[in-house]
Amino acid sequence: MIAAAVSALARLVAGPTVVYRSGPPDARQRIYFGNHTSHLDFVVLWSALPAPARKRARPVAARDYWEKGGIRRFLASRVFRAVLIDRPSQEGAPAAGQGRVAAARQAIDMLVAAMSGGDSLIVFPEGTRGSGETVAPFRSGLYHLCLASPGVEALPVYLDNMNRILPKGESLPVPMLSRVIFGDPLAPAPGEAKGAFLERARGAVMALGGP
Amino acid sequence: MKGLEDRQLVALIAGVLGLLVVSSAAGAVLSRRVRSDAARATVANLNARIRAWWAMVAVFTAAVWIGPTGSIVLFALISFLALREFVTLAPTRREDHGTLFWSFFLITPLQYVLIGARWYGLFSIMIPVYAFAFVAVSNVLAGGTERFLERTATIHWGLMVCVYCVSYAPALLVLEIPGFGSRNTRLLVFLVLVVELSDVFQYTCGKLWGRRPIAPSISPNKTWEGFVGGILAASAVGTAIWWATPFSVWEAGLMSLAITLAGFAGGLILSAIKRDRGVKDYGSFIQGHGGMLDRIDSLCFAAPIFFHLTRYFFTP
Repeated sequence: MIAAAVSALARLVAGPTVVYRSGPPDARQRIYFGNHTSHLDFVVLWSALPAPARKRARPVAARDYWEKGGIRRFLASRVFRAVLIDRPSQEGAPAAGQGRVAAARQAIDMLVAAMSGGDSLIVFPEGTRGSGETVAPFRSGLYHLCLASPGVEALPVYLDNMNRILPKGESLPVPMLSRVIFGDPLAPAPGEAKGAFLERARGAVMALGGP
Repeated sequence: MKGLEDRQLVALIAGVLGLLVVSSAAGAVLSRRVRSDAARATVANLNARIRAWWAMVAVFTAAVWIGPTGSIVLFALISFLALREFVTLAPTRREDHGTLFWSFFLITPLQYVLIGARWYGLFSIMIPVYAFAFVAVSNVLAGGTERFLERTATIHWGLMVCVYCVSYAPALLVLEIPGFGSRNTRLLVFLVLVVELSDVFQYTCGKLWGRRPIAPSISPNKTWEGFVGGILAASAVGTAIWWATPFSVWEAGLMSLAITLAGFAGGLILSAIKRDRGVKDYGSFIQGHGGMLDRIDSLCFAAPIFFHLTRYFFTP
C-alpha cells in the first residue's frame, strides 16, 4: 500500500512515459540495469515495471545512504525490500587493495544470495549518480552478477530527464515528464572479457537514450 | 450537489452527452467504411479522441457537480499538469531548480486558494506582480547569469500561461453578476463548451474541407477552411445557448466570437513553442489528444479574455 502511494507520488512528479522495446517484461527473474542520475531513479524504474515483474524486483542501493534516518530505512527495508550493499569507494569501507576486492566480493555474494530466492534486481552499475550528460563507465559488479547467475537475462533501461527532476545535490523535486525505456536483454557471451561486456552493456543503455 | 440543481445547466450537459453519443456512432460507422491505411489511422485517432472526450466530460461534470471547490481543485490539477509539461520543454538550467520547485508547490496552489477565497484584488495580480518579482529574485539569488533573462522569462511565462490564465476559468464562479444569482457554473460551462467545440469544429472542418494552410510554418494542420468553419460553428452554438447565460442573443454571439478567436490564437502560440522545441505534442496524458497543454491551449488564452469582458460589461 505504501509502495503504491510512493510510486503514485513518483509518477505525479516524474510523469514517466514507458517504452518497452521488446514487449513488457514478464515476471521472469532478471537483472534490470540503468543509468543513474537521481534518487528517484529506482522508484520510477520500479513503478514502470508491469505488476507481476514489479512484485519480484528489488533495488540494489548504497547502505550508507539508505540506513541514514528512520524513513529511509523503513522505505528501503520494508517497502522496496532493497538489497543494501557497502560501496567500496565510500569512507569507512576498506579503501584499496585486498580489502576493497574483499568488500566487492562480499557485495556480489549478497546480491547472488538475494537472487537465489528468485527475485529480480534493479542495479545502477555506474555506482554513483551522474549529471546526466554522459553515462559513466560501469563497475564490474554487473559482470560478476551475470556470470554468477547464468540463464538470467540482464535488461538495459534508460531513464531520461531524471537529472532535471531531482538532480544530485538537491533534496526537493521539480515535476517534469520523464521517459523510461526498456531495451533488449543481453548476457556475457562465452569467453567475453569483463571490460568488453561492461562496455557493451553501457553502450546498450546509452543507445536507448539516443534519438 | 449544488451544481446540478440548475435545470438549464442539466440541459447543457445533456446536450453535450447527446453530441458525444452522435460522435461515437459516427466514429463507429467511419471505422467500418474506411479502406486506405492513411484514412484508417486518421479514424483510429478520431475514435481515440472521442473516447477521451467521454472521460474528460465525465471528470468535468463530476467536478462541476461537486460545486465551486470541485471546479477549483480540477483546474488546479490541470495547471499543475500543464506546467509540468511546459517546464519539461523549457530550456531551464540547474540554477532554476529552487524557483521551479516553489512555482509548482507554492505559487500554483496559492493562486487557486485565492480564487476559493474570492479575493479578486489579489488573485488578479499575484502572478503578474508578486510571482514576477519572486521568479527574478529567486533566480538571481541562485547565482549564475548564463541566459538569465531567457530562463527567468521562460519560468514566468510558464506560470502566466499554465496557472494564471487557466485559473480564470474557475474564477468565473466568483464573479458577482447582478440578476444572475449563484448560477455562475453556467458561465464556466459556456466558456469550456464554446472553446472546446471550436477546437473540435476546426479539426472537423479542416479534415473535411481543409485546403489552404493558415500558418504552414507553425501548424500544418490549421487551414483557413477549418478556421472559418470552426469559429462560425462554435459561435453559432454559443449564440444558440444564450438562454443559459446572462447575455442577450447578440451579446452571447459576440462573446462566443471573442472566445473562439482568443482560443485560436492560443492554439497557434502554443504550437509555435512546440515547433521551436522540435516536438509534436507536449505529452501523452490524454489518449489521442497529446498532453494536457495540447488540450487546453485554446482555453489558456480564451479564459482571461472572457472573464475580463464579462467583468467589464456585466458587473457593476
